[in-house]
Amino acid sequence: MQLDEHLFRRESARMVAALTRIFGVHNLSLAEDVVQDAFCRALEVWKVRGVPDNPSAWLMATAKNRALDVIRRERTATTFAPELSRMFDSEWTLAPVVDEAFASEVIRDEQLRMMFSCCDPRLKEEVQIALVLNILCGFGAQEIAAAFLAGRAAVEKRIARGKQSLATSQRLFDLTDDDVADRLPVVQRALYLLFNEGYHSASADTVVRTEMCREAIRLTELLAADARTGTPATCALAALMCLHAARLPARITGAGELSALSDQDRSTWDASLIAHGLALLDRSARGADVSVYHLEAAIAAAHVQAPSVEGTDWHTVVELYDRLLALAPSPVVALNRAVAVAQRDGEDSGIAELEAIGDAERLAAYPFYRAAFAELELRRGRTAEAREHFEAAMRLARNAAERRFFQKRLGCCGSA
Amino acid sequence: MSDYIYLFRTTPDARRAAMGSPELAQQSMQRWLAWLRDLETKGHVKDRGQPLENEGKLVRGSKKVITDGPFPEVKDLVAGFMIVQARDIAQAAELAKGCPILEGDGAVEVRPVMQMNF
Repeated sequence: MQLDEHLFRRESARMVAALTRIFGVHNLSLAEDVVQDAFCRALEVWKVRGVPDNPSAWLMATAKNRALDVIRRERTATTFAPELSRMFDSEWTLAPVVDEAFASEVIRDEQLRMMFSCCDPRLKEEVQIALVLNILCGFGAQEIAAAFLAGRAAVEKRIARGKQSLATSQRLFDLTDDDVADRLPVVQRALYLLFNEGYHSASADTVVRTEMCREAIRLTELLAADARTGTPATCALAALMCLHAARLPARITGAGELSALSDQDRSTWDASLIAHGLALLDRSARGADVSVYHLEAAIAAAHVQAPSVEGTDWHTVVELYDRLLALAPSPVVALNRAVAVAQRDGEDSGIAELEAIGDAERLAAYPFYRAAFAELELRRGRTAEAREHFEAAMRLARNAAERRFFQKRLGCCGSA
Repeated sequence: MSDYIYLFRTTPDARRAAMGSPELAQQSMQRWLAWLRDLETKGHVKDRGQPLENEGKLVRGSKKVITDGPFPEVKDLVAGFMIVQARDIAQAAELAKGCPILEGDGAVEVRPVMQMNF
């Protein structure tokens, strides 16, 4: 019997949520030990007795039983979750309380609380993201390091730093009592950055990156589904993730090759994910709030609803970029806007916009900045200039796929 | 065909590395299941063995001292066992090469079960 891909990782996140509820967040490492123990038992037992019909249920039941063992053994010596500790003293109440912690809706609630706790503004963003990936998504330090092109030791330090902070907080963020409106933007930003890492990362590990995008979407949808956190901005964030993710299969081919927007086979775009994203975009239109996520989602929607690059509503796209730039100026946004202007007004305008980008030094190491110049020069028929820019882009390429992509484009410049 | 017992030996570090993250644990699980499936279809599995708990006791010597074990400092833990059928010990050892425990610092000890041919 074949196991669902990533079954263990998904179940580990759910088990950690249930166990943290029982043991208390100060005992997070105990929760993690119980989870690892469940996997060890699964390996030993399934080898002999075969994979059970319902592997998830088996894992959850095992974690539950281990939790009961731990509590019975340790209840005099250790304090578990403060809200529940009275219930642990009697056998009558112990089992039902542990059972309840493993219910789906309770796990979802715990995950929301954990998300808010991990996204503590006192922690650096990279620490928040590492925590979310480790605790809520079940990724190990090595996997996170590979996706972020960071060192494993550095990621382990980030996770340790984050868990230290969690341990001192006594209890998880409370969505009823604590200030949700205050913390929500921090959570949204962390999930946005997480999605971006998966989508834009220069790491060659496409499997982990695609999984990161999926996880970012899952967590954002969890946020969107709860009335306390499902604000228009949250819905817009979920929309933008779905609309980008829908195009991932075309952006990176099966062979791991990057593909330019004009070359992408739009029939490989995920139609149901697009429909889902557009529905979320609709939901996000309630109320007067127009966040950065609204604008990015609207831009993605314009692309996704177009039959082709030429058929795209570039006027609207440029307007949206104008508003985005006003709300959250950044050289990369300016770059993307310049490319849109080139589509609307022609290559000369595009080049002028590229040259006019303020603090373009921040783009000096970004290969797609030079590539943008290259594409426009190529369209102007200035192949020598185009070649120079593509060569520069190749030198700045951050991985083999990018290098090969620019090499291919270089090939379109004809011979020297 | 004769019977041989496989004693799977590993170190606590190697086991921790193999189970290091849920993804790694699942990959480890899938490798074991694939290897076992392969042995079974070729008719080599006599007894899949039994799953063992990690804790245990050690009773040793004429003084019959009982201690807790296996200890974390023990280099070589018996992690499990299984009984296979093979032509000879060379084949039994050859078949053991596919065991995932070897990826880390593990080993498969192959011992013939005595044949009682009277």
